[in-house]
Amino acid sequence: MSAVPTPTPPLGPRGLLGGSGSRLPDLVFRGGTGVFAWVVVAILGLLLILLVLNSRQVFGQFGLSFVTGTDWDPVAGMYGALPFIIGTVASSLIAILLAAPIGILTAVFLAELASRRVAVPLTFAIELLAAIPSVVYGLWGVFVLGPVLKATVEAWLVGTLGWLPIFAGPPFGIGLFAAGVILTLMILPTVISISRDVISSVPNHQREAMLALGATRWEMITRAVLPFARSGIVGALILGLGRALGETMAVTMVIGNSQKIPQSIFDPSQTIASQIATTFNEAGVGLQTSALIALGLILLVITMTLNVIARLLVWRVAGPVTEAA
Amino acid sequence: MTVETHVRMANDSDHGQPGPALAPKPDVRASLPAAAGAASGAIQTRALNVCYGPFRAVKDIDLAIPPNSVTAIIGPSGCGKSTFLRTLNRMHELTPGATVGGSVTLDGVDIYGPEIDPVQLRRVVGMVFQRPNPFPTMSIFENVASGLRLTGRMRRSELGDVVERSLRRAALWDEVKDKLNQNGTSLSGGQQQRLCIARALAVDPEVILMDEPASALDPIATLRIEELIAELRESYTIVIVTHNMQQASRVSDRTAFFTMGEDRAGYLVEVDDTVKIFTNPTEQLTEDYISGRFG
Amino acid sequence: MTAIAGPPQSIAARLTGSTVGRRRTIVDRVMRGLALAAAIICVIPLGAVLAFVIGNGISALNIDLLTKPPKALGLGGGALNAILGSLQMVPLAALLAVPIGVLGAVYVAEFGNRRSARIIRFSADVLVGVPSIIIGIFVFTFLVLPFKQFNAFAGSVALAVIMVPVIMRTTEESLHIVPNSLREASLALGVPVWRTVFSVVIRTGLSGILTGTMLAFARAMGETAPLLFTALGSRLINVGNFAKPMDALPVFIYVNARQPNELLNQQAWGAAFLLLAIVLIINVAVRARSWGRQIG
Repeated sequence: MSAVPTPTPPLGPRGLLGGSGSRLPDLVFRGGTGVFAWVVVAILGLLLILLVLNSRQVFGQFGLSFVTGTDWDPVAGMYGALPFIIGTVASSLIAILLAAPIGILTAVFLAELASRRVAVPLTFAIELLAAIPSVVYGLWGVFVLGPVLKATVEAWLVGTLGWLPIFAGPPFGIGLFAAGVILTLMILPTVISISRDVISSVPNHQREAMLALGATRWEMITRAVLPFARSGIVGALILGLGRALGETMAVTMVIGNSQKIPQSIFDPSQTIASQIATTFNEAGVGLQTSALIALGLILLVITMTLNVIARLLVWRVAGPVTEAA
Repeated sequence: MTVETHVRMANDSDHGQPGPALAPKPDVRASLPAAAGAASGAIQTRALNVCYGPFRAVKDIDLAIPPNSVTAIIGPSGCGKSTFLRTLNRMHELTPGATVGGSVTLDGVDIYGPEIDPVQLRRVVGMVFQRPNPFPTMSIFENVASGLRLTGRMRRSELGDVVERSLRRAALWDEVKDKLNQNGTSLSGGQQQRLCIARALAVDPEVILMDEPASALDPIATLRIEELIAELRESYTIVIVTHNMQQASRVSDRTAFFTMGEDRAGYLVEVDDTVKIFTNPTEQLTEDYISGRFG
Repeated sequence: MTAIAGPPQSIAARLTGSTVGRRRTIVDRVMRGLALAAAIICVIPLGAVLAFVIGNGISALNIDLLTKPPKALGLGGGALNAILGSLQMVPLAALLAVPIGVLGAVYVAEFGNRRSARIIRFSADVLVGVPSIIIGIFVFTFLVLPFKQFNAFAGSVALAVIMVPVIMRTTEESLHIVPNSLREASLALGVPVWRTVFSVVIRTGLSGILTGTMLAFARAMGETAPLLFTALGSRLINVGNFAKPMDALPVFIYVNARQPNELLNQQAWGAAFLLLAIVLIINVAVRARSWGRQIG
């Protein structure tokens, strides 16, 4: 679960406790806690260093074609990451395209339209959605969602839009689309809770100004509240996207684990995370492991960048907002 | 003009629901007085009560507001002046649990009647708030046009005309005519408030409610707002809540004095011509407030 | 006051006639209905997941599942290896993560100067956003690879790395809320700084700290990916030997869900029921208190 930073706290405690305590126990205490705090920084640094070090082998051998190559064939010693990059991007894109309207509408409902008696339990239920482990989503996805999708949504889409190559059948149930749907469910709580915080922080005088001009409730929301909250909502979506990109288990179980670039959204596919999950342990030591670690590095860079951008956007509207752990 | 001074004490009947409709039927044109062939804008409240849940904020207000004039509402903090003001365009309905008893009529039409849509009412009764609140994502032009865009019928050229007219009426045109596309928040506080006034004027209201419109502004900006109000009275009915007595005496034709009763509900003590209120009020409470005595 | 278009209208006509066309009213109602529908759509999957996990899980729940490891040969047996594994690795991870997270947060909240606090906080936030599978790879490179041995200790460390930044941020928040006056009062009485922090500040913020820790614990219980390359999983029961692989509930679910065998799939549902029950109970218990306060 991602947390959004809070601002530097007031000088009070810091100035107060920071200056005092020149006696030994206090110095030890301060030093000791400092060590623990910097451990976190060290972990992050070590993470980046180790990932880079262990990727060097494959980047040294393939260079940029590692990222653009389309064949991943350990037997032949060929490593091209493109199918997994595409799978990652495509599944996350589906997720964000579905989660954005549903999530924003729900956030609007919770923040503007629902009474407390309705909003509180609903919020609670949505937060519980976020607590369900990824592997349980995966299990449910494989045995319940997949067949349901295959029989209903996918069949309908193939029937009506199947002439478009991207919607071409046959629908397997398991595949890129199923992964997208599962991801939607998993990122909705993130999108909703941050959007809702951002919308709630829109000052009331904006709502009053629009209503006083003779606007309906909905017009007030779309013309005064949402524009004000715009960058924060975009931040929420980007954070959701970041989560989708990094999701592993549920996606691994429903995406079909194919090494080829998918042609249609109903084809089986593979994301970076699921490729690592399924092949890492057979990789042994050597080039394949390095390649998988390099895949991880690519994923890390993408998600880190998105997270930083998203936080800045959310900060601008809502001030510091922290999602519950 | 009649002097209406009603001081109702507590324990009167509590109207929990909107009162019986005193409104005439929808086909109302026949029963309007002849003088109102064009719009006039007289407001009349009778036995107006406002409750937030169990707490009564405002009690038994009988107040007549004449058209095309400025009526000031003065009184100490917390005595329900703003609450009362908001019942005139049904803005109190934003607060959950707020209920209104008694009646409010505008030119004889009960604005709480079942056939009246609050959205429509607010086109006719506009409001300017204490803190200037232009929409920060819109340009100056778009801010003024925002109310018109709701009905969506106008062409760009018509829109431009209305925007210009409104900005002129708000005495802001000359200062912004070259930067209509700049963001609304790039103006000074006083300019922003005049922008909000222009925005309210653009939808062509009959009544303008002002809730302490100059209290967040510096003295020079305040003066300009007061001059503006004096100009606007010719064409609009203006009701202004202010905690600044001098402002009330400068700007208004009639003044109503509210205060808080022992039951913590606000009530109307006295309403009269401004000159009379400030020189020779009828009620002792009014006299005390004007001369700064309290307790 | 001239109207915008047409002859001047009386106020009564303007009030009862309408610029609020049927269209605007309809749009308003429809969109508000859609918003409600969206909220319902969000909650339906929760119900669906719960329903199936409970439904399929309960029928798979039997004594064997809880008390036996998977059969050495053939199919059947239970999930005891996974249950015991989770019950060992996650608490060990908490043991590692809580001191670092809480004390680190104490440093940032009470002592850190502006810049160091910013750096530490930034690092924690970035770490929170790192995909858990990457954390698994990270721990693999220094706790598995050099020894060429998958081991449960690496699994606990991986879970701890996931828990630390979460605990740190939530603890820091809880400490911020503690009013300065309490600190001042304690110091003015001559209480040393370290004692003030423990007895006054942490004591006051304790419920928030506990909440954050419990939620992090629940999350660690449900994590699979970081364990795949560290503790690996195992069909054998492993009690106490952290130098060897160990199974865990999420890993058990993952492995059995992917087998083309109905009995094993059933076991996955059973284990999922157990896992979901643990995780949801912790979450509900922790959040219900604040929920109760809000309904109020």
